[in-house]
Amino acid sequence: MRDALTRFFASRGGIILAGGIIGLVAALLQKLGNPPNMGICVACFGRDIAGALGLHRAAVVQYLRPEIPGFVLGSCLAALLFREFRARTGSAPVVRYFLGVFAMIGALAFLGCPWRALLRLAGGDLNAIVGLLGLGVGISVGVAFLKRGYSLGRTHPARTAVGWILPVTMLGLLIMAAARPSYLLASVKGPGAMHAPLLLSLLAGLLIGFLAQRTRFCTMGSIRDVILARDVHLITGVAALVVVAFVVNLVLGAFRIGITATPVGHSAHVWNFLGMALAGLAFALAGGCPGRQFFLAGEGDADAGVFVIGLITGAAFAHNFGLAGKPDQIIEGVLHVGGPAWNGQIAVLLGITFCLVLGFAMRERWDA
Amino acid sequence: MKSVDARGLSCPEPVLRTRAALAALPRGEQLEVLVETATSRENVLRTARSMGCEVRIEDVGGGFRLIMERP
Repeated sequence: MRDALTRFFASRGGIILAGGIIGLVAALLQKLGNPPNMGICVACFGRDIAGALGLHRAAVVQYLRPEIPGFVLGSCLAALLFREFRARTGSAPVVRYFLGVFAMIGALAFLGCPWRALLRLAGGDLNAIVGLLGLGVGISVGVAFLKRGYSLGRTHPARTAVGWILPVTMLGLLIMAAARPSYLLASVKGPGAMHAPLLLSLLAGLLIGFLAQRTRFCTMGSIRDVILARDVHLITGVAALVVVAFVVNLVLGAFRIGITATPVGHSAHVWNFLGMALAGLAFALAGGCPGRQFFLAGEGDADAGVFVIGLITGAAFAHNFGLAGKPDQIIEGVLHVGGPAWNGQIAVLLGITFCLVLGFAMRERWDA
Repeated sequence: MKSVDARGLSCPEPVLRTRAALAALPRGEQLEVLVETATSRENVLRTARSMGCEVRIEDVGGGFRLIMERP
């Protein structure tokens, strides 16, 4: 039974089913209260969690999103049930930390991770196309480095406790989300105040975490595999996500085509492109999209756990230093194009420089 | 038999190293690829099959050994 399920999840049908379910769940979460085109956004939710913990003080983006602990714990459960939980660490953790920080800074310049870029597309936000083009360019640069021998080095098996630190931390966050202690911050307006009921968000996260662990769902990997080896396996799942979310949005009346003043989006095209190019490059150099890093952390990969901590602290830097993009606004009928301020633009360029230096510096010779 | 030790490497390095080794492998010869995680096992298996190889998988302590032959 277990082997048959493993074979199914590794098949084309398995990845399409998982992508379709993620698209459905994301669109439904929007209907149930999550912000528009943000049913699932790993970057935005990481930022909201950083805000809830008081790591930044942007009052409109503070909420302990239960989907994220759900991702890690769902993946952890799947890994345990299918005997794939392996504690491992030791592959350049500090590099992974900063890749996480800059990936988040890039994603927040665009206002979304690759998952949200797909959901924005499925909701009719045409800026997503610019973001996805940037993502593709960033990943292509990462692939070029990988082909020339870029490597973060090998992980090594670790004591079991090492692999459990992040899943247990996520369990702790979940308990906090349910208990709502007074020191936990929560937005009263803005995207942070928009959320589905806690239990439904948690169940959605657990389901997605479980399915994604079994199918190895990865938005960055899907594009990377096409560029690298014309391998369309993962991208069929990503396509299923977009198609299902699009259809559900149409049915629910949530599809609105537009390019300016889209929900929690901006039309500063250069920074949509460069922000996602930075994110794509950082994800490619770290071996997985933000969602995938959370799922890997759930199955005992402590290096992915360090990347995740980088993402969350990166979100804190982004808001404490005013680096994140601002949404477009229409004030008295006049469009004010948003996007990152000059310091956010510098941070994106700094992040790209950091990744390029790593790409050249972290090369390993290996013989075919 | 030629061998690729891809244990502990992040995605997609096991696939890249397998592809390079298979491209350099004379026809009829076998290649052994060692991987640690089930994900790498699946990715390397898919790559080898897409290059027309027959693949045999063995569970070895703490990982997997994939033996492939170029037709």
